[in-house]
Amino acid sequence: MAQYEAWRVLLQSGEATGWQEFYVKFFQAFIVGDRWKQYLNGVGTTLMVTAMALAIGIVLGILVAMVRTAHDQQRPGHKNLFLGILNGICQVYVTIIRGTPMMVQLLIMGFVIFSSSRNYTMVGALTLGINSGAYVAEIIRGGLMALDPGQAEAGRSLGLNYIDTMRFIVIPQAFKAILPSLGNEFIILLKDTSLITVIGGKELVYAAQAIYGRTYEQMFPLIGIACVYLVLVIIFTWLVGLLERRLRQSDRR
Amino acid sequence: MIDVKHLSKSFGDNKVLKDISEHIYPGDKVVIIGPSGSGKSTFLRSLNLLEEPTAGTILFDGHEITNPKANIDFVRRKMGMVFQHFNLFPNMTIKRNITLAPVRTGLMTQAEADETAMQLLRRVGLEEKADAYPNQLSGGQKQRIAIVRALAMNPKVMLFDEPTSALDPEMVGEVLEVMKELANGGMTMVVVTHEMGFAREVGNRIFFMDEGKILEQGTPAEVFDNPQHPRLKDFLSKVL
Repeated sequence: MAQYEAWRVLLQSGEATGWQEFYVKFFQAFIVGDRWKQYLNGVGTTLMVTAMALAIGIVLGILVAMVRTAHDQQRPGHKNLFLGILNGICQVYVTIIRGTPMMVQLLIMGFVIFSSSRNYTMVGALTLGINSGAYVAEIIRGGLMALDPGQAEAGRSLGLNYIDTMRFIVIPQAFKAILPSLGNEFIILLKDTSLITVIGGKELVYAAQAIYGRTYEQMFPLIGIACVYLVLVIIFTWLVGLLERRLRQSDRR
Repeated sequence: MIDVKHLSKSFGDNKVLKDISEHIYPGDKVVIIGPSGSGKSTFLRSLNLLEEPTAGTILFDGHEITNPKANIDFVRRKMGMVFQHFNLFPNMTIKRNITLAPVRTGLMTQAEADETAMQLLRRVGLEEKADAYPNQLSGGQKQRIAIVRALAMNPKVMLFDEPTSALDPEMVGEVLEVMKELANGGMTMVVVTHEMGFAREVGNRIFFMDEGKILEQGTPAEVFDNPQHPRLKDFLSKVL
């Protein structure tokens, strides 16, 4: 700390060497006033928002995909009106979410729909979850449709009902097939949490902005959080890879 | 056992089955032959409603299964089906492939189903594959497992949809052998196949289908040795 103070004075008088300048700026970005705690809080929020958005996205995605697949797989002449209405709602949802930018959705949710809420982080998580749900739904639907129809036929021909056929035969296989796409979607989600700063969500980018707002030194905080995102994504990718390998058990020959 | 009345099926404008009426009796071994696109598979798949008939009724054991109120899952438990491409569940072991349906439908406890599975596997000589996954088996082995899986439900009738068409020639024999054994055991069977030798040996009735109709039917001797319809004569001259 004494070293930092001495070199900071040097820097202000314009006599610091390159290394001394680096040292001082690094200190300002991460150490002074325990600023690393701000980043840590930011990472915590980022992870929490990701987890919540993930949960919302998966639940919404599964529901929407189930409605849409069930609707499309109805036997001709046995159309269910209720399912038709639900399917319509799901289609509108997917169209709107995929048809508008994430950032605009965040601004609308934060400043129009929930303009009276002060809990920006929660609003952000909710928005991200709703957004992710639309993409997850299409990924799941793709997986369900790509599976050989013979699998479901075999299940039904054994007398299993629709639910059991989906649960034991179709969904486990579809899940394995869509896991890489899902992993991809979740990586995008993790990084998109950075956008909730625009409505005041206090995550990692918010922490960096708060710090360079005081030090007027942008490079270290920004490179710093970039590294944090990178590490998070690498860990995440590794976890998805582990799961994939486990699910591939039945492929061994 | 299966009573088909005025069965028709169209895919859009394409009429695949044209007003078929037929009866399948207990113990029958019906073999359906005919050129590709003649409606053989569609007819077979209509019997357990994997294809929804456009018109007509099907009665199974006196119950009208084409009635929208009929419980189709219940009907299908009594009708085993074997597919051209096996359709084993690749995400499960062989044993689970066989026991899933009996257990989930409440027909057996897991222990009973395991017992049944092992017995059936012994019958087809594959008991050492119980814990293997389908991808580890040859085509012939897969198809024998698929037959066992259908048998585990204790069906009254077995439907075979070109069970040997996707197999290497040297594996056809082992599957036909299992089917013959089943036939000798008295199982009611409906088989769509291109194996004329099998049709002649095992079938007690042969249906010849073309353009959505059963053009001729009779005992193997009648159909193979004394065909009447010119289309059947033409077909046999090409395949025999």
